[in-house]
Formats: sequence, structure tokens, C-alpha cells
Amino acid sequence: MRVSLFATCLADQLWPAAAAGAVRVLRRVGCDVQFDERQTCCGQPAFNTGYRPEACALARRLIEIFESSGADAIVSPSGSCTAMLHHYEQLFEDAGWRARARGLAERTHELSAFLVNRLGVEDVGASFAGRLTWHDACHGLRDLRIKDEPRRLLRHVRGAELVELPPPGAETCCGFGGTFSVKYPEISVAILDEKVDAIERAGVDAVVSGDASCLMQIGGRLSRRGSAVRALHLAEVLASTT
Amino acid sequence: MTFDRDARTALADAQLRGALRHATTLFGERRRAAIADVPDWEGARDRARAIKDETLLHLDQYLEQFAANAERAGARVHWARDAAQACDIIAGIAEQRGARTVVKSKSMASEEIRLNAALAARGIAAVETDLGEYIIQLAGEEPSHIVVPAIHKTKGQIAALFAEKLGMEPSDDVTRLAAAARQALRRRFAEADLGVSGVNFAVAETGTILILENEGNARLTTSLPRTHVALMGIEKVIPRFADLEVFLRLLPRSGTGQALTAYQSLLTGTKRQPGDEGPEELHIVLLDNGRSRMLTSPVTRQTLACIRCGACLNACPVYRQIGGHAYGSVYPGPIGAVLTPQLLGMGESSALPYASSLCGACRDVCPVKIDIPAVLLHLRAQAVARSGGPGTHRLLERLAFWAYAAVMVRPRLFEWVMRCARTLHILPPLGAWTKWRDLRPLAPRSFREEWRRGLRHEAGR
Repeated sequence: MRVSLFATCLADQLWPAAAAGAVRVLRRVGCDVQFDERQTCCGQPAFNTGYRPEACALARRLIEIFESSGADAIVSPSGSCTAMLHHYEQLFEDAGWRARARGLAERTHELSAFLVNRLGVEDVGASFAGRLTWHDACHGLRDLRIKDEPRRLLRHVRGAELVELPPPGAETCCGFGGTFSVKYPEISVAILDEKVDAIERAGVDAVVSGDASCLMQIGGRLSRRGSAVRALHLAEVLASTT
Repeated sequence: MTFDRDARTALADAQLRGALRHATTLFGERRRAAIADVPDWEGARDRARAIKDETLLHLDQYLEQFAANAERAGARVHWARDAAQACDIIAGIAEQRGARTVVKSKSMASEEIRLNAALAARGIAAVETDLGEYIIQLAGEEPSHIVVPAIHKTKGQIAALFAEKLGMEPSDDVTRLAAAARQALRRRFAEADLGVSGVNFAVAETGTILILENEGNARLTTSLPRTHVALMGIEKVIPRFADLEVFLRLLPRSGTGQALTAYQSLLTGTKRQPGDEGPEELHIVLLDNGRSRMLTSPVTRQTLACIRCGACLNACPVYRQIGGHAYGSVYPGPIGAVLTPQLLGMGESSALPYASSLCGACRDVCPVKIDIPAVLLHLRAQAVARSGGPGTHRLLERLAFWAYAAVMVRPRLFEWVMRCARTLHILPPLGAWTKWRDLRPLAPRSFREEWRRGLRHEAGR
């Protein structure tokens, strides 16, 4: 299977281990992975803040880049950015562009959903010693309906023990919300603190999620609170073999 | 609009946050339990939404049908373009009947048009008879939740309020508190000349209105006084009587986690014979107040499908932290964040569409599947498109997004900018982030550099 990696700008610059981990895991399960260096950002920050022409310009670019890849699938270590590509169609009035956006959406998958649903793989041969808990990133969970896939993958990681987050639970928002986190930082952190309290109560070594954005938010607060709990991307854990 | 400031005030109120955390958790759990045993919950949501969509597409026809049938049954129908007109109509009816006291059952539309203040200005006392609304009225506050107006108050606060206002012995025994309210309210019911209620659904084919409640106060409000005025937004109409089946299945379960509310009053016209129960006069006020503007686009139109269950408030992480008052509108939470700017215009409430992390929990619990995040995004785009004004903040934001787009369409420039930031340790001014959270540093080497330096050719397996 020929896969074109949609790394996302956030993973590219801030969490390269997530994108590199995705490459290694995909290769391990037999995919031929390519990365087109022309890709930058999917436009989500602009779209979510109301800057549609800016988002549209970036959407056009990414559609052209991935159309030229000739890959069977486009795979991303981010539920949120994958969901953004799935929203591209609504940015266009033009029927031609709408069809092209739809075509891209059909070929684009979030990493865990691609592994489990498309390839039928749950054991990627990873090993990681530690007690882990999963945080459902909102767009993966509610836009793409990804819930079981990452949990199944994590349960097959040798040496890892997966526990569910106590209330308010894995499914509640971490309070990031893109520009929301800096427009209303106090509310964002109030939401976040409930999440971080739950993570600390869970007695885990690491909180794992599928989006670098949530991990920046959760990890940033864990670190500020002096917690020993680490924030890890799913792809990092799945790529680990030690 | 002072959303930012009011949200911070709320966040500093430990008692408020405790009450909110407790209540929103409880209502969320009750809702989940109540829908667990409903066969085909998803199908019911789809059917309800389809009925709403059909109605909203032909709203003019259904409203005329409803009005004609209601009048045939003996009601008098009034059309109110805006809040002022609706208040005028209701106050006019009260004055004609010489009413000094008006009892009210719960009505968000009446809060929307500030009816109590309008009546007071004309010397008419309005008494709220829903327990939650009564508490709020005694406290001189505004409701902070669509279904549970006093959700922000603790039992202790209510006990102190009742001791002060009703002269009862301080007690936090809920039964005694409710009994004190009931006793005070019964007197008001007896002396009231007019009852004002809201409407949950209005059936076009029969001219019937349906009111759901748990305390029996709406039934008293609509049957004891000689005149009953029912106030409803124009979106409350549904085509057929049989459509009620699906809405009755959805609304109480979503709102309070009940299979059915304690009372469902179906009112068609006035009493037919002298010996019958019910009011001699029924007036139905149809309120537009900005609603017909929302009909123009499919994205905004869905806002009118709302059946005011309040489930999105209980599910919202933002509402859970700050409560309803910070939204500065009678409609708080996710639905308020989309409804208020459309009712009042974006000018005063352009902050509200941004008061969300776009987590989508509201969309998941909405019994009529309103895509609230999509409406929020639509309104954000409107807010940006409209703001040509001098706001420095918006100007900086515009500049930032212009620069962002200019860089992001040029991958080489993007990489150069990021490399500069990395080597020179230049970070954007992110005080709003770093005051509470550590900022993850840029990785020593970006993914694309790693890719070039060897990952590209790394062997698989």
C-alpha cells in the first residue's frame, strides 16, 4: 500500500516524533510511505477563527499536493487535521473543487483508524513499559468517530497497561480549542485542570493521545504543575520497541 | 458585551463552580440513563430533525394553518415582530382586563423579551411560579440555564434567600423550602387576573399548544386566571399532532433525564361551556424577534430546530466552568452562543461564537442534531467579514492571519521562518498561554529535516 504522509505543521515543528513514529509504524506494517515536502498547514487555525479565504487558499494547495501524490491513502497522526480535510468541501462553492475536496477526504485517514479499519492491524509490534491512559481528542472522537481504534492498538503494546481516565473521563475536552486557548486562557485552563486532575488520579506514567495540539495543552499544564506524568503521542508509543 | 470579564468573575466563584460541576454532571448522567433503554434513539433524533426541517422550509404556511385552527377553537392569535411589540400586546391585554397581578409559568421567550420589566413599567406585577424562576425572581437575578434557571445556586443559598424574603425559619430541608414557596405562590395564583405561559410545541393541524412541566404551576397558570396568554417563538410550530410522539420521547429525556414530565398540558382554544375548566380567553402571541432572519440559510436555519432542552449546556465544558450569566443573554451555553448573536445582531455579541473549544459535545447530545459547531464557525466567519472597524485586537488578528497564510503557501519560506525561530529562540507573544502552561519548545530538528537527513531512506520492518 502506497501511503502519503500528511504530517501536519504542528507535528512537523513541535512533535516530530509523532510524524516520524507514524512513518516507522506504517513501514513496519508493510506500507510504502512518502512525504511531500511542499505541505505545510491544512488551514484549520484560519478556518476555526473565521478567516475562510485564508483557509481556502491553503485547502486548494493541499488538495493539489495530495492529488499529485498518486498514493492509495493519505495518513495523518492527527484526528483534528484529518477532520479539517474532511471539512474542505464546505469551503468551496465551485462544483469542481467540491468534488476534488470530497475525493481527498475519501482517501485521508487518521493513523489509528487507518491501521485498524483499513489494514486490519491491531498489533504493530510495539513495546513500551508503563501504565498509560488515553485522551480522546475531540475531533477524532466526534468528527471521525474514532474511539476503539487507538485503545485496541494500545492494548497490544507489550509491557503497557491501559487504564481509562476517571471522571470527567477520556471523552471530555482538554480545553485547547485552537485560538480558544489564548482568546480565553482562563476558561481553557479551568477545563484543562479537571482533565489533568483526572490524569493524576489515574496514577499513570503517561497520557497518550492522537493529536499534538491536545498534548501541548495537557503536557504544558502537567509540566507547569510539576507532574511526573508524560504526554505522549500515540505514534510515539506505537513506534517504540524498547 | 462583557463575556471575558464575566467569565473570569464566574471562574473566581468557588461556590458557583461547585454547584455547576455537581448539577451538570448529574443532568448528564440522568440523560444518559434515560436514553439507554430507548429503542432507536438515533432514528428518533433523525425523524425529529426531519420534521423541524420540513416545518422551517414552509414556516409561513404552517404558522398560518396553526393560527387559523387556534382561532377556530376560540383563541385569539397575535403576531409580534419584535420584543417591544410582544410586550406591548401582552401588557395591553393585561390593562384591558384591569389585571394588577400576572402569574407566569416558565417561558424563555418571556425572558427574551424582558416581559417582567415591561409589565412592571406599566404597574403590573408579574410573579414567576416555576420554583427555579421564583428563586431567581426573589434573588433579583436572571436565569442561568434554559431548563434549570437556578442551577448556579446551592441549597444553602436558597435557604438563606427564603429566610430573608419569605420570613421562614432558616432550613435546608428541601421539602420545607418547597412548601414555603408553594404556600406563597398559592396566594398569588388566587389573586391573579392573568396567566402568562410559554409553549413547547404548537400543532398546526389542530391549533393545539403543548406545555411540559413538573410542578403543576403551568397548569394552574393556564387554567385558574380568566385570561391566559401563551407566548411562543414562531419556530415552535410543528405540522401534525402525531409529530408530538417523537418530540415527547426526546425532550424530557434530553432535558431532565425523565421519560416524561409530570404534567403535559394540551390546550386547544378556550373553554366551550360555562361549567368547563379553563380560561375564558386564550391569547397566543407569535414572536419573531429576529427568527425569520435565520431562515435564509440552511446553516443558520437549523438554530430554529432547537426545542430548548438544555442538554447542550449540561454537556458543554465551557458552560460547566462559567455557568450561564457570563454569556450575558437569557440563552447561555452552546445554543445561546449561536442564538444570541443571531437574535440581537453580531455587534453586541460577537464574542459569543468564540466562547467554545469546538469540542462538539453539544452536537452529540442535541436531540434534533443541530450542528452547533458548524453554526459557530459560520458566525465566526461573519464576525471576521463584518469587522472592518477600528478594533486594534481584530486588526492585529487580521494581520497575523494574513502573515500566516502568506507564509504557509510558501513551504521554503515556512521552513526558513521556523528555522529562524528555532535558532534565535524567537517565540510569538504567548503570555496568554505561558501564564498557566509551559510552552513546548520547538523541536531541535523539524520532521522535514529528519526526513531529509535519512528517515526518507530508512528501511521498513
